[in-house]
Amino acid sequence: MTGSNQPAIPFTPIILVEGLAKNYEQVTALAGISFDVRRGELFGFLGPNGAGKTTTINILTGLARADAGSIVIDSQDCTHHPKAAQHLIGIVPDESNLYPELTGFDNLCFCAALYGIKKEERTKRARELLDVFGLTEAAGRIFAGYSKGMKRKLTIAAGLIHKPSILFLDEPTTGVDVASARQIRQLIQDLHGNGTTIFLTTHYIEEAERLCDRIAFIVGGRIVLVDSVAHLLQPLKKQHGLLMTVPGSDQQLADQVAEVFPGLQVRMAGRDQLHLEAKSPIPLAPLVSFLAQRSREVLEARGLRPSLEDVFVRVTGLQTDMMKKEKEKSGGGGL
Amino acid sequence: MKYWIAFWNILLKDMRTYYLKPPNISWGLIFPISWAGMFFIRSGSSLESVLSILPGVMAVSILFGTTSMLAVTVTFEKKNRSFDRLLLSPIPLWLLMLAKTSGAILFGILNAFVPVVMAAFLTDLSAVDWSLLVPTVILIALASTFLGLFIAVSVSEVFEAQTFSNFFRFPMIFLCGLFIPVASLPIYLQTLSYLLPLTYGVDLLHGAIRGANALAFPLSFGLISLFCTALFLVSLRNVYRRWIL
Repeated sequence: MTGSNQPAIPFTPIILVEGLAKNYEQVTALAGISFDVRRGELFGFLGPNGAGKTTTINILTGLARADAGSIVIDSQDCTHHPKAAQHLIGIVPDESNLYPELTGFDNLCFCAALYGIKKEERTKRARELLDVFGLTEAAGRIFAGYSKGMKRKLTIAAGLIHKPSILFLDEPTTGVDVASARQIRQLIQDLHGNGTTIFLTTHYIEEAERLCDRIAFIVGGRIVLVDSVAHLLQPLKKQHGLLMTVPGSDQQLADQVAEVFPGLQVRMAGRDQLHLEAKSPIPLAPLVSFLAQRSREVLEARGLRPSLEDVFVRVTGLQTDMMKKEKEKSGGGGL
Repeated sequence: MKYWIAFWNILLKDMRTYYLKPPNISWGLIFPISWAGMFFIRSGSSLESVLSILPGVMAVSILFGTTSMLAVTVTFEKKNRSFDRLLLSPIPLWLLMLAKTSGAILFGILNAFVPVVMAAFLTDLSAVDWSLLVPTVILIALASTFLGLFIAVSVSEVFEAQTFSNFFRFPMIFLCGLFIPVASLPIYLQTLSYLLPLTYGVDLLHGAIRGANALAFPLSFGLISLFCTALFLVSLRNVYRRWIL
């Protein structure tokens, strides 16, 4: 079962990437990455800023050239002919590239025309999408006057105007308010449910965990792991986790707990929070008693289910704080 | 894939968004009128001299009208990333660039005929060879537009495009036979003059309006067509190399 409760995806790659490499002067953006995306799959591409997510999308969609490697999209060799599959794909870039001086409706109609859609059909399709995205009332307003969330939704609508079989979504919920982010996630799930193959890049780990069938972790231009969400979480299901809120706790206290309770892995998980892990259930009473002897009160203790965040930390060696800071910096979009 | 739908809609959008805006319409009218007035006053001659200044005014109107617009329709769109939307669509790059330049070509052609309409009220145009004049105007519009495209895709900022345009436009005005006949220029400037597409365009216009061409028509047509092709191909190469990184 997948993160979005979809039936098992048949193993038919619609995107096949082998040894994709890209350098910008002295910087290695992609160091020979290989992966495949299966037909109808919601594939997550997860990594911190600068990991190579957007570069990968740009190369796959024809906005950038690879230095090495091969790309096959829906059986068409796009390595040297990036235009070959552009009619099959829809792209929602990380920043909107619609026309600020056109209305929402005109933007959609123009995007449809770029794919050779006739006037009657593109008008109908534009109206449908405006309705789906709740933008009907704003259809006649110029795009420049839209809010961030509305801009994001219209950009997604523009990516869908020609009914693509593959949709590239680059950070779709970054910088939008919580309500819009939730709506966008629901739309992504609906599209996935309708059989659209979705390539999603995000640095929101929870978002990827909730939406994706399979996930690739990319760090420093290298893919460190690709697997289904269920498989990624499997090893962690044998672990038991506990998060305790203990005012005044610090690394010294964490070390003391680890020393007194062998088999427990203890680390600070934030201000006043201890993160405990063990291979067997963690007894709470001795811990509370131990802390009470040191005049530390346990305000809260809750069991932790294994999350993709834990997998990310284990696999990449990176702390998720970096991702969280990026999330805070970009504003909104939380789950 | 019906490319013509994409082509037509790109052209239509550019016309509505850029060319048919009041500032551009007024630019398209006022600029040729000002040039015509300025040349006429400068010449201090009778109304008959209108025919001698008409080719120059037409050429300059086309040159400024077309090269100025490309900085906006191409460089500005690239800067604000909406040009990426076009690059991501399944249209061949050459057709896309042709669609983006068609508006400027039409704008240039219309600009060229503003002084012609004015001249029609001032002098007798019955001697004008229209079958030569119309293709000449189209070729000059093509060459000027593709020169503007070459400039627009060679820079990143709109102001750079405007500055770079002047680097080409003003020397061209002085060297193309507009103020001074090419034959009376020093030999090294003549060489430079024959490297400029507008020289052949102005000569063709002189031929079409007054029968006073210095070069054979086929030679001028051939060379200006060569300039158009070369400028367009180099621009495509620049888009591919600079914008599809």
